[in-house]
Amino acid sequence: MIEMLHDGFVRNFISDDRYLFIVNGFFTTIKITFFAVLLGVAVGFLIAMIKSTYEMTGKLKLPNLICNIYLTIIRGTPTMVQLLILYFIVFASVNNKTVVAILAFGINSGAYVAEIVRSGIMSIDKGQMEAGRSLGFTYIQTMIYIILPQALKNVLPALGNEMIVLLKETAISGYIAIQDLTKGGDIIRSRTYDPYFPLLTVAAIYLVIVMIMSAGVNRLERRLRNSDH
Amino acid sequence: MTTDNLEKSLISVKHLQKKFGEMKALSDINTEIKKGEVVVVIGPSGSGKSTFLRCLNLLEVPTKGNIYFEGVDITDKKTNINVHRQKMGMVFQHFNLFPHMTILKNMIVAPMKLQGKSEQEATKLAMELLKRVGLEDRANAYPSQLSGGQKQRIAIVRALCMQPEVMLFDEPTSALDPEMVGEVLEVMKGLAKENMTMVVVTHEMGFAKEVATRVMFMADGKQIEEGTPQQIFEAPKSERLQTFLAKVL
Repeated sequence: MIEMLHDGFVRNFISDDRYLFIVNGFFTTIKITFFAVLLGVAVGFLIAMIKSTYEMTGKLKLPNLICNIYLTIIRGTPTMVQLLILYFIVFASVNNKTVVAILAFGINSGAYVAEIVRSGIMSIDKGQMEAGRSLGFTYIQTMIYIILPQALKNVLPALGNEMIVLLKETAISGYIAIQDLTKGGDIIRSRTYDPYFPLLTVAAIYLVIVMIMSAGVNRLERRLRNSDH
Repeated sequence: MTTDNLEKSLISVKHLQKKFGEMKALSDINTEIKKGEVVVVIGPSGSGKSTFLRCLNLLEVPTKGNIYFEGVDITDKKTNINVHRQKMGMVFQHFNLFPHMTILKNMIVAPMKLQGKSEQEATKLAMELLKRVGLEDRANAYPSQLSGGQKQRIAIVRALCMQPEVMLFDEPTSALDPEMVGEVLEVMKGLAKENMTMVVVTHEMGFAKEVATRVMFMADGKQIEEGTPQQIFEAPKSERLQTFLAKVL
C-alpha cells in the first residue's frame, strides 16, 4: 500500500519534473485570478456608481444604458463562450493568452461585482447622502467618504464570494491552451494515465486557496465591524 | 454686529414653488431671513414646511422661484451650491450621523476635506463644541453607542464645526423619546442666544413661543400667516391657524 502510493507519487510528480506542471499552473492561475479580480472590481465599481447615480438622480442616462447592455450580455452568456469569443475573435491578433484570459475573466466578473456593489450602495439610507451633501460635500465626495465605505462593509461577504467563484472559473483557461493549475494536472494525467494523484492534488490546491481567501475576507469583515457595537 | 448686517437679508426667498409631479408642495413662498433671526416654521403635517426648509439649501430643487443666500442666487444653475452649503448647517429628524465614523471623525471630516483644516485645528474646535453639549467624553464612541438625544446633539455640533452662517433644523426632536427632547432644545436655545441665524421646522410650540423672533405658519403648501410669537399664538388672524392652534395647544 505505502509502496504503491510512493510509486504513484514518483511517477506523477518526480519523473520528468512533472511537478512543474502543477507549480507553473498554480502561478498562472493565481496571476489570472489576481489581475482579473482587480479589473473586475474596478469595472464593477464604475458601473455600480453610474447605475446608482442614475437611479438616485436621473443623471447619466446614456452611460446607464451602456452599462445595462453590458450587464445583460455578460450575465446572459456562458463565461466560457465569452472567453472563446475574446480569444478567437476580439483579440485574435493578440499573442499573450494570459492577458486575454485576464480581460475575459475581469470583464465577466465586473458585471457581478457591479450588481453586488450597486445593491450595497442602494441599501444605504438616503439620509446619509443628504447629510453629506448638506455639509457641502459634492456627490462624488459623499460617495467616496460616506456611502461607499458603508456599502462596502455590507457587501464584503458577497464580494469575497465573487472572488472565490472567479478563482474557480479560471479553470476553463485550458480551453484557450493556457496551462493553468487545472490544465497542468490534466496534462500529468494524460501522460501517466493516472487520474487520482494529479486531479486530487489540483482539487486540494484549489481548496486551500479558497480557504485562505475566505479567512482573509472574514478577518477584513471583523475589522470593519468595529463600528457596530 | 453692525446695524447694516442686521438689516440685510441672509436668505431671501422669492416666489418659491415646488411640485412633486403634479402635486403642488409649495406655492409662491416669499420671505426674508435676516442675520440673527430665529424663524420657526409651524403647520400641520403635509403642509410643505419640511419641503420649504429643504429648498433653502437645495436638497429639494425648487420648480420655480429664486432663493438668494448672502446675495447670491443659489437657484441659478451656474451657482456652485456645494460652496454655499458649507455655510448652511442642517440638522435632520433622523440625525443622519455617519455610522462608520467615530463621533469626532463625524465632526472633523467636513472641515478637513472641505475647508482644508488640519486634523489638529479641526479637532480643537470639535472638542470645544463637544464640551459645550457635554459629550466630550464620547468623542471616540460610534453613533450606535449613543442615545437619540445624544445623537441629535452631535448632529448639531457636527454642523456647527463648519462654522455656518445659518442653521436649518428639520423637525429635530420628532424622532426622539419625550424625555430626550429637552436636552436637544436646550442646545438650540443656547445657539439662539448666541445670535445664530436659525430656521426651525418643529412641532414644539413651547420652543416657538420662547425662542422664535418670527413664526411662520404654513398649510397646504402656502404661507398662511407670519408674525411674532405673540401675534401668532395670542392673536391668530386666519381661521386655518386658529383651528391648528386649537388642536396642538
